[in-house]
Amino acid sequence: MTTLIDTASHHAGHTDQLITPDWAEIVRITPEADGVTTFWFKFTSPEVQARYRFAPGQFNMLYLPGCGEAAISMSSDPDAPDRLVGHTTRLVGNVTKGIGKLQVGDTVGMRGPFGTCWPMAELEGKDLVIACGGIGLPPLRPAIYHILRSREKYGKVTLLYGARTPKDLLYQNEYETWKQADIDVQVTVDRGDEAWDGRVGVVPMWFYHFRVDPQKTAILTCGPEIMIRFVIYEALARRIPAGRIYVSMERNMKCGQGACGHCQMGPYFVCKDGPVFPFSALEKFFNVEEF
Amino acid sequence: MTDQQPSIGSTVALAKPELDGLLADLRRGGFRTVGPRARDEGIVYAEIESLADLPRGIQTAQKPASYRMTQTGQNRCFDFIPGSQSWKQFLFPPRTELFTARKESGKWKLDENIEEQPRYAFIGVRACELAAIEIQDRVFMRPDFTDPVYRARRAGLFILAVNCTHPNDTCFCTSMGTGPAHKAGYDLCLTELDEVFLVQVGSELGRSLLAKRTFDLPSAFVQKNAADALESAARSITRTLDTDGLPELLMDSLESGRWAEIGKRCLSCANCTLVCPTCFCWDATDLPDLTGKTARRERVWDSCFNLQYSYMAGGNTRPTIRSRYRQWLTHKLSTWKDQFGVPGCVGCGRCITWCPASIDLTEEIPALRAEVKK
Repeated sequence: MTTLIDTASHHAGHTDQLITPDWAEIVRITPEADGVTTFWFKFTSPEVQARYRFAPGQFNMLYLPGCGEAAISMSSDPDAPDRLVGHTTRLVGNVTKGIGKLQVGDTVGMRGPFGTCWPMAELEGKDLVIACGGIGLPPLRPAIYHILRSREKYGKVTLLYGARTPKDLLYQNEYETWKQADIDVQVTVDRGDEAWDGRVGVVPMWFYHFRVDPQKTAILTCGPEIMIRFVIYEALARRIPAGRIYVSMERNMKCGQGACGHCQMGPYFVCKDGPVFPFSALEKFFNVEEF
Repeated sequence: MTDQQPSIGSTVALAKPELDGLLADLRRGGFRTVGPRARDEGIVYAEIESLADLPRGIQTAQKPASYRMTQTGQNRCFDFIPGSQSWKQFLFPPRTELFTARKESGKWKLDENIEEQPRYAFIGVRACELAAIEIQDRVFMRPDFTDPVYRARRAGLFILAVNCTHPNDTCFCTSMGTGPAHKAGYDLCLTELDEVFLVQVGSELGRSLLAKRTFDLPSAFVQKNAADALESAARSITRTLDTDGLPELLMDSLESGRWAEIGKRCLSCANCTLVCPTCFCWDATDLPDLTGKTARRERVWDSCFNLQYSYMAGGNTRPTIRSRYRQWLTHKLSTWKDQFGVPGCVGCGRCITWCPASIDLTEEIPALRAEVKK
């Protein structure tokens, strides 16, 4: 089997319990766009709050009693001094809609962190193209924060981000800070509005507007599967090796520990062998329909 | 009668009524003795207390989509082949309460289920079934994650194995290298003859239980009878599955048109996954009360044939039956090996017997093989 990303050091502590959550309290709610909200959590147990760490790209299982659990990536800064855990989510499913009705002070169940991370240490010295669409930016924001904290360790960093309309663009008030840190922030929308004077088009098309050095460029991508697909094609066409294209995959997940079977993709359990995979691990069956 | 003590690895002859004492000793020792019972025209696994509870004088005939019991009138308790149930229901219960969440003054609290796990003695485990338990050991007791319910039940388990002497038409354990005779992994192993059980001792616990019974050293005649029965059982299995290069064959066949053909016949009823002794998928569901102030969280068996199994906000990963059958078969015989080092099939034939559409994996694999050869 292809080498996967090793995140052993970031695994969750609760290996003795099946799926028993800790409780976390909502301390802040940030509306981001229509139907998209960031919830900021703090564990109610000070001991868990002090112990909890995650790496960019990992996810938690959020549990709302009576509704169920959902796998949501962290979207916050893993090294933030306040150690709050941020989850940006679209309010579309049973669980996320239920969480959407909660207020500051309410509690939800939380298990994690689970899964592999963007291999930030391995990527040092590389040029990075972060290509994401819609709700695919939140799982990459912790990676951006990591880059901001040690900007000198990375080469050229380009963020290609697309959304359906200008109103759907997330984290708009942060783009300026990112640009000041020498991140090339390129934003595109599927449909503009009267006020929009930026680019219109899909994320993969952006590859035609700049040059990448295949010797030292790595791709980090997350978003709708169709976008990921074309980002990969464009990256491969520019001779970026499959092992340096990192993809965050989405599947139905129930346990987060490779136990319940739901998230299988061929030999992998996306919840523990992913969600972040080098494309070289997926290549064999990426084009197989309904796999 | 003999004064000799049995030792691990040795074989003794036990008069059939002696099994009652063995069962009683197990029950006195805190074990729940579960074994085969004839019920509703089939063999089920349920609590048994004595030899009288076993399906005496019953044989079975299994074919694709068919399971029939017949009375032989013989004084034999293990001549049948197991029905739809397997032992997995005891080690990996179909429904387990995990905890209850309770809302108190606006905050959620959690009552964990700290029920003590029962200690089981399985009576009459076939070689294919023991192989299935060993496969589930790899699934539920991984180095990086161990299921606490399974581990506790498995650690306390006593296995009284039985060698198969009357395999059915859907059996193909010989192809999977799992049966019909036991090799290891049991506490005690029976081979049933008309008058006696030949008992092989596999563990210290098995030895100490046997030591309390009245037994004989087996005569050469009895031993030959048992060996002949086992040999003829192995010979009687004619169904085969060619496992040579099977994982690779399946991965090379993902785009085969055969899946669509099977998809037309398959009802996606999930029978095959529920009767399979190795299938392990589960779901977690919440049962809230009407006030919304408490929610009981349970783990229940799930199946890759259920549509919602692959549900995501963006759409189902496997919306068609074609893709769900392909997931099941490729997992069972190919990617299972990547995940756990062995294939997920023991050749028990349950998925063939209990498929209402008579879909037979031992027919589908040769069909895929023929396609690849073309």
